[in-house]
Amino acid sequence: MTRWGMVIDLDRCTGCGACEVACKSENNIATVAPDQADMGRAFAWMRVMTEVTGDFPNTTMRFMPRPCMHCDNPPCVQVCPVGATYINPEGIVGQIYPRCIGCRYCANACPYTVKYFNWFVPKWPASERAHLNPDVSLRPKGVIEKCTFCDHRLQRAREDARAEGRDLREEDYQPACAEVCPTGAIVFGDLENPRHRVQALKGDARAMRLMESLGTEPKVYYLVPRA
Amino acid sequence: MRPEIAAKLEQLPPDEQVLLRPLVHTTSRFYIAAGILGAIVLWGITAYVLQWRYGLGRTGLNRPEYWGIYIIDFVFFIGISHAGTLISAILRVSKAEWRRSITRSAEFITVLVLGFGAINPIIDLGRPDRLLNVFFHPHLRSPLLWDIMSICLYFTASTIYLYIPMIPDLAIVRDAGIKAPWFYRLLAAGYQDTPTQRARLERVIGVLAILVIPIAVSVHTIIGWIFAMTLRPMWHSTIFGPYFVMGAIYSGIAAILIAMVILRRAYGLGQYFKPVHFDYMGRLLLLFSLLWFYFTFAEYLTAFYGKEPAEMRTFWAKVAGPFAVPFWLMVICCFVIPLALMVRRSMRTPRGTLIAGIAVVIGMWLERFNIVVPTSVNPRWELESLGHYLPSWVELSILAGTFAGFVLLYMVATKFFPIVSIWEIKEGREESVRQVSERVGGYLPEPVAPSGGGH
Repeated sequence: MTRWGMVIDLDRCTGCGACEVACKSENNIATVAPDQADMGRAFAWMRVMTEVTGDFPNTTMRFMPRPCMHCDNPPCVQVCPVGATYINPEGIVGQIYPRCIGCRYCANACPYTVKYFNWFVPKWPASERAHLNPDVSLRPKGVIEKCTFCDHRLQRAREDARAEGRDLREEDYQPACAEVCPTGAIVFGDLENPRHRVQALKGDARAMRLMESLGTEPKVYYLVPRA
Repeated sequence: MRPEIAAKLEQLPPDEQVLLRPLVHTTSRFYIAAGILGAIVLWGITAYVLQWRYGLGRTGLNRPEYWGIYIIDFVFFIGISHAGTLISAILRVSKAEWRRSITRSAEFITVLVLGFGAINPIIDLGRPDRLLNVFFHPHLRSPLLWDIMSICLYFTASTIYLYIPMIPDLAIVRDAGIKAPWFYRLLAAGYQDTPTQRARLERVIGVLAILVIPIAVSVHTIIGWIFAMTLRPMWHSTIFGPYFVMGAIYSGIAAILIAMVILRRAYGLGQYFKPVHFDYMGRLLLLFSLLWFYFTFAEYLTAFYGKEPAEMRTFWAKVAGPFAVPFWLMVICCFVIPLALMVRRSMRTPRGTLIAGIAVVIGMWLERFNIVVPTSVNPRWELESLGHYLPSWVELSILAGTFAGFVLLYMVATKFFPIVSIWEIKEGREESVRQVSERVGGYLPEPVAPSGGGH
């Protein structure tokens, strides 16, 4: 059974932010005015979080790219009153925009705070508006949106593989963030498939998941830095 | 008041003269108050139209502060609604005779405030136009859905529980012929106060009074569960169900007291809301201030003692952080003021209970604020910047509008329905005095004839 998941090697992450940018353009993420962003209304399905430790001048900066964890036990799916947030049989947690009533219960239930709400009608600068991705639906105002592991790419990859009469390979389906990562820190694939790199990497001694003790069973693994 | 109606009113027995007077006589102060409240309601509606048009961005909400004033008001109003039905049902079931003059005004609070409670989560929706999706695509594992079901059931039950005991009074208004005869003829449903009808009525009331108690308890338990079922620090707690029920009854008692003081003053009901009523209700308030302290202490001590980091962030934010002012104000309003006042008999008067009641209502609003906001701005997963929340004028206008709307509706209701139950007062005079002395006699041991053959 396929279970899509991700392994992020924090030793390789340079904090360049390419994943964040790639995600924004791939998924038609709206642009938010600076004053609204200051209020905490910006969107970042993938977000490179930073942490500074130590006192100047001996400071270290650590980076952590944070997508949706696509939990096997997703608290957001549990609480949605209309089933607009769902988990599909391959483990991807998605959002049905036309059904969502905008109660934001899922956003409150998510321990990783990865769900984003459309406070206004989403907007893009004219230059971007012309290049929106036709594979990803635009969200109306008043609904929740979130990282989907770019599952629109999976649909296309499946169709291509079927047309060519072969099985789906790891490189056929990669979310935008993994595809663009210049250091290969983000590895994506089927956690159950031995031919996919993530299957071995998730068993690495450095592998951990966020807040494992909550029992949410995230499918995003992190390889913690060696030093 | 037209002279022929005044003449009709004068022919009625004294109780009915006093209690039906508000139905036919309206002072200019009533119109002024209603005008002001109506203007506030319109202002609130305007604010909502703006929010509907432009989106929830018009509020101060953000990520991670997804829920704010609307959800606080939702919990608060539904809490107040426990005034009537629960208090009145408990007093009825326990045969507390002093209830007779206060049940009706309490039951009206329940039914009227429930609507304002239920409307708040709808105002809070990003897509109110898709509200019916909860029926088209119900996901039964969501506590929000349990809540919709229990509120609907509660609204139905409490409306019936308000209406059935009012039928004899509606028949009295119909027979007095002082106001809109067709309206009261319809509502009185052919009630003629025959012994059979009266016996059936009392039976139904007896069954309803027992039925509404578990329904009322379920409503606020489930509202507590909406929070408790998430993994959020200081929400995920088993105490929330009972804590919410207790708090709801507490704010409900306070609301009844405020309503009693105002009604007494506005309609000259000093003979019906007597010092003894304020004394007893004051004692109930005292009991609940102690219960409130017990629950709150238990909740905070448990969080504090465990020292789980995520819980502690919220804990310190409340106790000694950015939310210290609302937190300690809540403790003063919910515990210090009511306890200090209600423990003294000389303060269990209309004036004293009014002060304590207002303090408790404010304190219970703050309690809901302290539950919703500090946990929201302190998510388990720390964000780049600290969460913050400043309600916008749209939220505050809607807050004012819903409060004014409730008071206005309540005022209007007193113009159509006797706010003190006439028939229950009459029944109290005619029968209960005798029944109660018989009942008390029944509690005592039978007088034993001195027996000769004892040891």
